[in-house]
Amino acid sequence: MVKFEKFTLENGLRVLVHEDHTTPMAVLNILYDVGARDENPNQTGFAHLFEHLMFGGSVNIPSYDEPLQRVGGENNAFTSNDITNYYITLPAVNLETAFWLESDRMLNLAFSEKSLEVQRNVVCEEFKQRYLNQPYGDVWLKLRPLVYKNHPYQWPTIGKELSHIEDAKIEDVKAFFEKHYNPQNAIMIVGGAIKLADVKKLTEKWFALIPAGKKYNRNLPQEPLQLKEVKEVLKADVPSNAIYKVFKMPGRMEAGYAETDLISDILSQGKSSRLYQNLVQRNPIFSQINAYNYGSMDTGMFVIEGKLLPNIDIAYADECIWKELEFLREELVYEDELTKVKNKYESTKEFGEMSLLDKAMNLAFYELFGDANLINTDIENYLKIDAADIQKQANSLFKKEAATTLYYLAK
Amino acid sequence: MLDRINPPAFKQIEEIEFIKAEKHELKNKIPVFVIDAGEQSLVRLEFIFQNSSWQLDKPIMPSITNSMISEGTHSLSSAEIASKIDYYGAFFQAEFSYDQSSLNLFSLNKYLPQTLPIIKEMLTGAIFPDKELNILLTNQKQKLKVGLEKNANLAKRAFTEAIFGDSLYGYSNQVEDYDHVKREDLLAYYKKVYHPLNCTIVISGKIEKSLLTLIDELFGGWTSENVHGDFEVNCLSSDQKLHYIEKPDALQSAIRIGIPFVNRKHPDFVGLQVLNTALGGYFGSRLMNNIREDKGYTYSIGSGIASLQKAGYFFIATEVGVDVTQQTLTEIEKEVNLLKTDLIEEDELDLIKNYLMGSLLGSLENAFSHAEKFKNIHFFGLGYDYYETYITTVKNITPERLRELANKYWDYSSFYKVIVGKK
Repeated sequence: MVKFEKFTLENGLRVLVHEDHTTPMAVLNILYDVGARDENPNQTGFAHLFEHLMFGGSVNIPSYDEPLQRVGGENNAFTSNDITNYYITLPAVNLETAFWLESDRMLNLAFSEKSLEVQRNVVCEEFKQRYLNQPYGDVWLKLRPLVYKNHPYQWPTIGKELSHIEDAKIEDVKAFFEKHYNPQNAIMIVGGAIKLADVKKLTEKWFALIPAGKKYNRNLPQEPLQLKEVKEVLKADVPSNAIYKVFKMPGRMEAGYAETDLISDILSQGKSSRLYQNLVQRNPIFSQINAYNYGSMDTGMFVIEGKLLPNIDIAYADECIWKELEFLREELVYEDELTKVKNKYESTKEFGEMSLLDKAMNLAFYELFGDANLINTDIENYLKIDAADIQKQANSLFKKEAATTLYYLAK
Repeated sequence: MLDRINPPAFKQIEEIEFIKAEKHELKNKIPVFVIDAGEQSLVRLEFIFQNSSWQLDKPIMPSITNSMISEGTHSLSSAEIASKIDYYGAFFQAEFSYDQSSLNLFSLNKYLPQTLPIIKEMLTGAIFPDKELNILLTNQKQKLKVGLEKNANLAKRAFTEAIFGDSLYGYSNQVEDYDHVKREDLLAYYKKVYHPLNCTIVISGKIEKSLLTLIDELFGGWTSENVHGDFEVNCLSSDQKLHYIEKPDALQSAIRIGIPFVNRKHPDFVGLQVLNTALGGYFGSRLMNNIREDKGYTYSIGSGIASLQKAGYFFIATEVGVDVTQQTLTEIEKEVNLLKTDLIEEDELDLIKNYLMGSLLGSLENAFSHAEKFKNIHFFGLGYDYYETYITTVKNITPERLRELANKYWDYSSFYKVIVGKK
């Protein structure tokens, strides 16, 4: 059970406070409701590049990291297709330093040309390191546009291509800040060895005078129902053939999400899972195979990816995956299997609550989904699922015409 | 008017509280160390075994033995083990490191009577079935082949080979090693290493009294005539300092530079950690500031000191655009030498001291992290006074002392330098 209090400032900033006195530390987490899906198709990778620039100095504070390290704190951030999340952990006695730093960069950035130039390079190196200079590293660059025809999920957070990052201008950076970085589009979580009353005082002091800014109204092109199977073959310098199979699935808060999440666990969580037992152990086709989903806000991706053993025909391997999916459509899952994935969900949640930062991030996500208390109640959506629900969901997901399959072959 | 220019007042970290491990013993003398903390009703149990001496002709035998203990026992098949553990929402991890082989269980307290007996099965009755062994070897071999396509991995392999030679610490698995694993060797290694006289148990989480009774019931009667000797590591560093692996199509060069080094047992170790932090041990380090934040050559660069039971090493690692490989090397050399010639400014040193104290405090988040702190001292023959010394050293170290350490331990020309990519 994660207890929290919530209040909202007049400028629209939502604040959630989670006291946890088992630790001497505090966390300040700010989620901005902007991700790669909000980018211009000709300026992709911008939300993520912008995340880097948030560390390049704000209007009154030339260096973000240095003063934080000086009080014993650490920070980091990440960008996804949906959101951008920034977090600080520091000794709770020095909490005010976090307020000072975060409020100043919400107020305004320094917009330094030097910082932009350097971070363009840094992000280009990140692009190369993660996506280009790795075996199978470019798969999502290729696969996303096959899956999404309209929706901006068609590019990864790093962007479509290096040139989009190389061409970023300071005016674009300013406009992006104006549009997305304001109290109305942010959710702040303060957690750890802190008191609600103190957090209220500090929030008033540091955030209350930041102008509300304009509310960003998201209006994204939605993805039509897929009516035709998509198949693509790619050859690259990799050691083994691989299959990537994607089905569109409900968004994070839509009906059917929890069922789909459990289906991925039935298929691939742990060594007792179906894909591992059937396609790695009993009938060895794959050296590794996984099913997972992205937990996206809009129509998401249910992914099955496997690396083939040498000398296995890829069409046969593909058929074997289909057989598993058809089995889910035709037969009810075993009661034991369903209990197993529910137990796992429950224990994973318990283990997650050992980490203050995880709790803070989850509170922020759930608040964005509409209600932070889902952190405690979402589990009920999972526990009430029965075998018939799973079968129904499998039937709605795994249709031939709804599949996108990429064969990633060794040259 | 709110002062946004000057930072708010802050406090130094004065006290850090360690939850110390409490020692118990099973009937058969297996030591059990208990860290009792936390609110969630769950535990981690680690069964830790010291490795045995390594043999060049059977290089991957110890790690394969470890991976195979969950693949079938006298009474349970591999599939049964997996489904029983998974059913109760538990996790297990067979973990192999240079020094130790372990089996760890993560479980909710309420299911321990069901999950712990399966761990006992794995530790006492593994049978290493041929079918599972072949699958494991084939799959690990495939995984290695993918790994060999990553330049950062190749650099790491070439680096450990250069500093530690053909030894437990220096050897990198080869693809063909997976063709020469014999079941009877694994069984022999299992007998030799996984036995009560060589076992240490560390439990962390919310510990209920009944757990110790349960452990004693399950493991207290476990016997063996084995006498386990300590392992030895004979490291032979290469004579050649520069190791260049050309990758004509590379977009980035992976760089790894360093030397064999002192480990946690050495009195200079903590001071060297402070020195390393300045060079490349945190986001604000000199290497990050210069090579990422000023020049944008890389996504990341860092340095570290690895402490192994019988050795240690110091390393600097990064991946940089191929066109700036040389410039990066020049800057790394410059930063290492600056710490030898110039005194570190008080302001920078104060920041590092506060940062290190904050990180130590932050690294004690929950029962599991307190257990990590315990293992870091226990298996190096140190006591909790190590952390007292650590704190005193961090708080009091001077710029002069850091420069002295840099001169005593760092000579750039004697560093091993590995580059994978383009020069």
